[in-house]
Amino acid sequence: MRARRTARAGQYAALLGYLLFLAFPLLWLLSTALKPPRELGSLHPTWIPRHPTLANVREAFAEQPLAHAALNSLLVALATAVVAVLIATPAAYALARRRTRLTRAATGWVVVSQAFPFVLVIIPLFLVLKNLRLIDSLAGLVLVYTVWALPFALWMLTGHVRSVPAELEEAAAVDGAGRLRTLVSVTAPLLAPGIAATALFAFVTAWNEFFFALVLLKSPGKQTLPVVLTHFIGAEGMADLGPLAAAAFLATLPSVAVFALVQRRITSGLLAGAVKS
Amino acid sequence: MTAVAEAPPARPGARGPARRQGAGPGAWFLVLPALVPVLVLSVGPLLYGILLAFTDAQSGRTTATRWIGALNFRDLLHDTLFWESFRIGLVWAAGVTVPQFLLALGLALLLDQDLRLRGFARALAIVPWAMPEVVVGIMWRLVYHPDVGVLNETLRDLGLGGGRDWLSGLATALPAVIVVGVWAGLPQTTVALLAGLQNVPRELHEAAAVDGAGAWRRFRAVTWPTLRPVALAITALNLIWNLNSFALVYVLTSGGPGGRTRLPMLFAYEEAFRYGQFGYAAAMGCVLVAVVAVLLAVFLAGRLRGGAET
Repeated sequence: MRARRTARAGQYAALLGYLLFLAFPLLWLLSTALKPPRELGSLHPTWIPRHPTLANVREAFAEQPLAHAALNSLLVALATAVVAVLIATPAAYALARRRTRLTRAATGWVVVSQAFPFVLVIIPLFLVLKNLRLIDSLAGLVLVYTVWALPFALWMLTGHVRSVPAELEEAAAVDGAGRLRTLVSVTAPLLAPGIAATALFAFVTAWNEFFFALVLLKSPGKQTLPVVLTHFIGAEGMADLGPLAAAAFLATLPSVAVFALVQRRITSGLLAGAVKS
Repeated sequence: MTAVAEAPPARPGARGPARRQGAGPGAWFLVLPALVPVLVLSVGPLLYGILLAFTDAQSGRTTATRWIGALNFRDLLHDTLFWESFRIGLVWAAGVTVPQFLLALGLALLLDQDLRLRGFARALAIVPWAMPEVVVGIMWRLVYHPDVGVLNETLRDLGLGGGRDWLSGLATALPAVIVVGVWAGLPQTTVALLAGLQNVPRELHEAAAVDGAGAWRRFRAVTWPTLRPVALAITALNLIWNLNSFALVYVLTSGGPGGRTRLPMLFAYEEAFRYGQFGYAAAMGCVLVAVVAVLLAVFLAGRLRGGAET
């Protein structure tokens, strides 16, 4: 009994250690974001700001074209989510309902794409987009993000389509519903949660992405939030810690909010993909 | 768990009608919208990239690009900077993936217990996973900041001296960056392992406990065999992701100091988009892809062998 209690205590100690490790950088970011410049200049920073302020938020928006970048990010992320779902859903339906060579090829591609060599792809992609006049354009970025989000979107959606029994569709057909009617009134409602989760996943992927945006967007007016955030850092270390922390904190909120909604589905999607591979 | 994981395998019953409808033009029509962008923006560039590696392509050059055979690769062979970067990349990938796995396994086993704070820990674990990598980098720069960073301040309070510049020190930069890599990837690995733990049969655990098996013995005999496929899969993915990572180190150190954290991705990026050496950078990409492919093959071969044993 005693040994058990010791073991329990050990477990709690370990869990506490993990919580500290995971939480302390986040708390420090928040703390820095709320500190006025005078406190940030002091040589003995404290965990809890003595005079918490929201001035950093205001300053961050004044200094860098943050609001505009956030708008760009939002546009790109929304467009990516919509386009990815629009083209992935029919494909996933076909792949789930008909087992052909295409299914196997698609599965193989989804697996391979997890090991996608961005180093190798970025240069030719840059050249291709340049020829299509899609460099330095948000539309071009949406295209790239869509392709990038597609493998996982297909993977998730195919699983969701499979979980809608084909018998239901057949029953509707027997009752005289046409193909379209069946899809709209039987399949779509059952598929809706899966589609929503996939769209949100694509949204977060696009919102967070940095590498492609860095390479493909040149004019300041078009850059997305992660790219603009790196301008804060500048060449010589970080000048304005407070506004930087505030902006970074704000940039995280949409991702975390959306992710909290879909995390369970993404996990299992990842897992299903990983295990089946 | 959820729909994807529980998706029933295609039943024989479902196959009949599908066959009758045929897999002909209909299926192609549905797949086409996904297929075209993938071919144009992913498969195409991949092949194009391999071709570029055998040319002297440069950005913004007026003369025509020529085939130069394997010259880029021969140059790479003697490029000590590249091999140094390559070595750093391997140290980084291994240095992140291994602790990531061990720490995640520990956390997953804890979260699988009936402990208080479990829900809180799970919620907290979502945050690093969802955060943009750029923000993770900025946040840790604040932690490591030589003057107002919490790390130095804590060390000062503990009387361990301070004033260390973690990200600019030649010796500390790479370890400091690796810690961030572990932090950023820990949640995802934990959640995957935790999901794998749900498949471990409880009765077997209890039976083993009744038979007097200790915790370690139970882990080896009951938990690990079930967890193994998930563990291997997530580790393989982590390794690949870590070899591919860019944003984190770009924000933390931009490859400095003195190239101590210049991962191959950063090196190729600079070669291509700062110096405009498209052909040469593409050759680097090819080498990296080949390495990843070999690693993956070795890993999967090991996995298949392991599968045969059990």
